[in-house]
Amino acid sequence: MFGGDPLLSGHVDLAVVLIVILKVVAVFAFLLVATMLMIWFERKVVSDFQNRVGPNTAGPFGILQTLADGIKFFFKEDLIPDRAERRVFILAPLLTVVPAFLLFTIVPFGGDFSNGHDGSVEIFGHTTYLQLADPAIGILFALAMSSIAVYGVMLAGWSSGSKYPLIGSVRASAQMVSYEAALGLSVCAVVLTTGTLSTHGIVMAQAGSGWGGFIPHWNLIAAGFVPFVVFLLASQAELNRPPFDLVEAEQELVGSYHTEYSSIRFALFFVAEFMNSVTMAAIIVTLFLGGPAGPVLLGPGWLWGVIWFLLKMTAFLFLFVWVRSTVPRVRYDQLMDLGWKVLIPLSLGWLLLLATFWVARDQHWNGFITVAIGAVVGLTGYGLLKASIATSKARRLEGVVD
Amino acid sequence: METAVFIVCALIVLAGGLGVVSSRNPVHAALSLIATLFGIAVLFLNLGAELLAVVQVIVYTGAIVVLILFVMMLLGVDREEDLDTEPLVGQRLLAGLIGLLFLGAILAIIIVGKESIVTGSHSVTSAISPTVSNITQIGTELFTTYVFPLEITAGLLTIAVVGAVVLSRRPRDLEPIPEPESMTDMGDEPLTAIPEEGAH
Repeated sequence: MFGGDPLLSGHVDLAVVLIVILKVVAVFAFLLVATMLMIWFERKVVSDFQNRVGPNTAGPFGILQTLADGIKFFFKEDLIPDRAERRVFILAPLLTVVPAFLLFTIVPFGGDFSNGHDGSVEIFGHTTYLQLADPAIGILFALAMSSIAVYGVMLAGWSSGSKYPLIGSVRASAQMVSYEAALGLSVCAVVLTTGTLSTHGIVMAQAGSGWGGFIPHWNLIAAGFVPFVVFLLASQAELNRPPFDLVEAEQELVGSYHTEYSSIRFALFFVAEFMNSVTMAAIIVTLFLGGPAGPVLLGPGWLWGVIWFLLKMTAFLFLFVWVRSTVPRVRYDQLMDLGWKVLIPLSLGWLLLLATFWVARDQHWNGFITVAIGAVVGLTGYGLLKASIATSKARRLEGVVD
Repeated sequence: METAVFIVCALIVLAGGLGVVSSRNPVHAALSLIATLFGIAVLFLNLGAELLAVVQVIVYTGAIVVLILFVMMLLGVDREEDLDTEPLVGQRLLAGLIGLLFLGAILAIIIVGKESIVTGSHSVTSAISPTVSNITQIGTELFTTYVFPLEITAGLLTIAVVGAVVLSRRPRDLEPIPEPESMTDMGDEPLTAIPEEGAH
């Protein structure tokens, strides 16, 4: 029931409970500090891109700016609009923050995975993994949490009792529901490649010296590049980050679903948004780049796991900020077209191709011919899709259908 | 421990169910439904059915109730409703009676059957093989024993999707109803020029 973590497989005594509590506190603190730094990092990097200075007063390089802003938010007046649905209005920010926290619990963030080690560490005589929980359902839990994250946004917009927030939240829910399918299908490709749902298992499958001794066994390569690209795009849409931030397009919607929020309730939305960015980067690293797996150079092995994990995660966070500051926002119809007509068919087709490949391997069929037939079938499907989209566009232009 | 979790979850499920029935506001009813579905997910976990629990959250809480709420917000039916008048006369009385009958039937089964009845205990709902994870078992069963029902369900869902698209995108009426006389441009004078009557 508790999955693969050796800590909970034996007798559960007081020491085990204390270790679990320690891990909870450590992960909680890590996530909060990482979010704080991410907000600062994003502001600073965007400033650099835009030839500005950015936050530079609080602390060295303005690193404490987020803390200062947080304290300021605590002391601001907490407004609840007259026409707001009081209870739901108060509940909504909490519903955004809680899934953001829970999402990180399944991410492995350290441990020695080199030379056949399984990434476990010894704490006070107990063996455990450096991740909060390793349930058998693993990555499905992440999908579940990202699918309920939409409630916070949706209810915030509805309960504000105001027009722009409502439009923003309807946009948000349509967008998040559309992109969840592409997200899930690209996770499926990873699960098919590694043969396990557990995040620890997924990291284990990517560890080792790799092909030719130096090309790592990452799912980025093993599952083909397509699931990675689809996941990266879909995750940005799922996070409502630019260029997919139609949810809070300021020019059209004022501030969208959190227009009516102020004080600490607004801060909760803000924190949840950046926390989700951090967690999504961590999940991309786990799924496609081997998480904490990497070579140990000197010193303790588990520390190198943490270092590799942080390095890979920071690279993705930089990529997120880079995209945000350079790519303009897409239109709403482009957003929906990309989700439904490009990403979903692409990831579905790729998943079927991967499945064909694995079946051919199991059954000792001729791999080349099988994949060739699969590719032909896939291309035929693509042609049919193209034809149907063209037909529907032509009919719409003729005015036969709405 | 298991009993404690069961009691807490059962209370949440029941409170959520009552909330669905008695909320004046449809959105509050949907929120209560979410509480109920979450409680059921934790009950599944309590029985060791992790996959069912997470599928419950992804499918019901994460998709179906989201769609329900979405439609409510789009159509603007999220106003308070009057619960005092019954839309169907005698409906509540009948519902209460049938509910009591069901409760009686369940109690009767428990009293008559004593130990031999299905109670949802682990002896009944546990995995077929304790060593293999239940995700593997469900997957294997679905794609071997139950592969035909699975394919039929997939076909049914596809038909439903195609049907929904066909119904919602009906061809437009090729001969549109002519607009009322007063709104059409007769060609005599521009529409913008409103005849002035009296002084401003």
